[in-house]
Amino acid sequence: MPEESFPAAGAAPAGAHPQLIRFVEGTPRLVEDEWRLVEAPEAWDGLAGALLPLEFALANEPRVRASGRFGLWLSPGDEPERAVPLLAHCALVAVQFPNFGDGRGYSTAYLLRTRYGWTGEMRAIGEVLQDQLFLQRRVGFDSFALAPGRDAQAALLAFSGYPDAYQASVEPHLPAFRRGVTARPPAQVTALSATLSGNAP
Amino acid sequence: MYRYTEFDQQMVDQRVAEFRDQVARWKSGALSEDELRPLRLRNGLYVQRHAPMLRIAIPYGMLAARQLRQLATIARRWDRGYGHFSTRQNIQFNWMKIEEVPDVLAALAQVQMHAIQTSGNCVRNITSDPFAGVAPDEIVDPRPYCELTRQWSTFHPEFNWLPRKFKIAFNASQTEDRAATAMHDMAFYLRRDAQGEVVIDVLAGGGMGRTPVVGSIIRRDLPWRHLLSYAEAVLRVYNRYGRRDNLYKSRIKILVRALGVEKFAAEVDAEFAHLENGPSTVTEEELARIAASFTAPAYASLQADPPALREALGANPGFARWHGRNVRAHRVPGYAAVTLSLKRSGIATGDVDADTMEAIAGLAERFSLGEVRVTHEQNLVLADVRQDELCALWNDARALGLATPNIGLLTDMICCPGGDFCALANAKSIPIAQAVQDRFESLDYQHDLGPITLNISGCINSCGHHHIGNIGILGVDKQGAEFYQITLGGVVGPDPQRTAIGGVLGRAFAASEVPDVIAAILDTFVARREDDELFIDTVERIGVAPFKAAVYPAQDPSQGNKEELVDA
Repeated sequence: MPEESFPAAGAAPAGAHPQLIRFVEGTPRLVEDEWRLVEAPEAWDGLAGALLPLEFALANEPRVRASGRFGLWLSPGDEPERAVPLLAHCALVAVQFPNFGDGRGYSTAYLLRTRYGWTGEMRAIGEVLQDQLFLQRRVGFDSFALAPGRDAQAALLAFSGYPDAYQASVEPHLPAFRRGVTARPPAQVTALSATLSGNAP
Repeated sequence: MYRYTEFDQQMVDQRVAEFRDQVARWKSGALSEDELRPLRLRNGLYVQRHAPMLRIAIPYGMLAARQLRQLATIARRWDRGYGHFSTRQNIQFNWMKIEEVPDVLAALAQVQMHAIQTSGNCVRNITSDPFAGVAPDEIVDPRPYCELTRQWSTFHPEFNWLPRKFKIAFNASQTEDRAATAMHDMAFYLRRDAQGEVVIDVLAGGGMGRTPVVGSIIRRDLPWRHLLSYAEAVLRVYNRYGRRDNLYKSRIKILVRALGVEKFAAEVDAEFAHLENGPSTVTEEELARIAASFTAPAYASLQADPPALREALGANPGFARWHGRNVRAHRVPGYAAVTLSLKRSGIATGDVDADTMEAIAGLAERFSLGEVRVTHEQNLVLADVRQDELCALWNDARALGLATPNIGLLTDMICCPGGDFCALANAKSIPIAQAVQDRFESLDYQHDLGPITLNISGCINSCGHHHIGNIGILGVDKQGAEFYQITLGGVVGPDPQRTAIGGVLGRAFAASEVPDVIAAILDTFVARREDDELFIDTVERIGVAPFKAAVYPAQDPSQGNKEELVDA
């Protein structure tokens, strides 16, 4: 079996409080989470501030909308198209990563941003880890419920490593070749690789 | 070849820094083994039977002499003095220490190389024709399109966590396929339309492994400007709908088969409709910028087939034989493309030691404008050799053991590292290749047989491309013992229609039986061959029954399948 097999779905332990990173004016910050993630909606108390499963919200739209401020969360198999009727009414859209190797949520996020017009907060939830944050940011997430027990301060650094990106996505919207940055003159050894070369022959 | 810009250099440098940090966090316990695994895979680091293996990309097979020298340095300093050229235009080092790999990646970045996305469930190294730019049958140089796609696929934010690995190839030859193109997850056939514009036929759903499938054309005549947008549409459909519940059913070929080619193509077209003429549309300027790296070098104005060559061919039968097998035509008069054979008795297929790497770099600098190309058949190519220097090159290559005149012949086998190295393998493959080599080492016999492909995989993951060998050998596990299943009739044709997967002959054999089985197959071919017919043409003409009868003489051929070890 190839090395990269499917990891088991790693649900967050009950009662754990993931730390939240949110982009505020272009800067990632650690913030308090004012939302309650409702995983078993049959037990939902009907109060505002709940992050509800997409299909439940669709099936109970009058009650959900009457509750006040609500959010939606999509599992990897949920079609983002299905969320469209509720996007005008909800305050947050979250996309679940049951394990970090399941990449469907990246396409879900891209489509919500570029095709279905979601401009509000979009949050990655589930097994959200430091080394996945940068690419999640690029497909349009602007808040990240870091998996429990992770070093949130270290995770903040994940956004500042790469100077740029080749291809178009949500961020940046244009590929590097349309922004005139790829064609700069051929590189000599850059400062960074010169530093690294201290370890190389 | 392509030279990194400052932008490209920053990207690989940051990748090195990122991986250095990840390894440090793993050492400190902040990253678990399970969390590190996909990160190291995306940096080419794959834990094998004995040690971590590092797979380094050689994009579309292009390697500069100074890069090959750096690989030799890496082999000496961080490995055991040799490397292995794989079937996907990569080089692999088998004895790495994880802690040292960031330094190795830094050494690669110094010479504009990397191991990015050479493993893991992401878009892998882009492969193409090792004779790109010099082949007379080439329609358009595929390398600028390969490089565009390499850059596009590097750290693609949406397609880094696919259901399974994703391999892309380009073919731009009108007469043959030198990259096994139709066996890829996605492939692009470059052509010119009636107006001379480059257009692309897009293939999807090919693959080897336990369910081998020849891919299908899902779009014809795609204007080149839409290359990346269309690729994005294919990847998005796959990322969203490819199966993730079963490792063995998660390649795109299974999705294409489940939906049907037409429905899959319709899904892709519907997605592409949103992207057509969007931000990823390739500009003339960008294509021209990249293509400028691949302009024809300053060739000398030479006479074709010069007297010096003709005299050497007449005077030296050994040189003439090598010239007939290992030298290909070049589009520029007075030049030729030479294949250095890495199929030598006593050395594992595709393996090259550090001294030889440096010597090959020297040959490239002296004879071929300082470039080497890597073939999917695990040989090396010097693509720009003056015909009047071929004899001198032959002498030097012979001294290095790289001039075996067997290109395209029986002993030019493709062979994976197999059970000697690979943790996935069910059986060893290197000793089988050696046994075939020993049994059929007579070059006269090989030349009489003519072109034939024999491919060996140590397991059903098919790194040795056994499915598409005229003769395929697959290592299988039979109650804890190593056995070998033989297939016949695999072939890579110039297009998907003429590409075929070999059929299983019958029950598997013990290693010691394999040479006799191959001999029986070859004897049958010689007995039934008409004129100078190719082996594959004889198999297609007479079918597999005569071969089965020869291989399983004591039993009714129809019984063969009952004991067969099928891995489907």
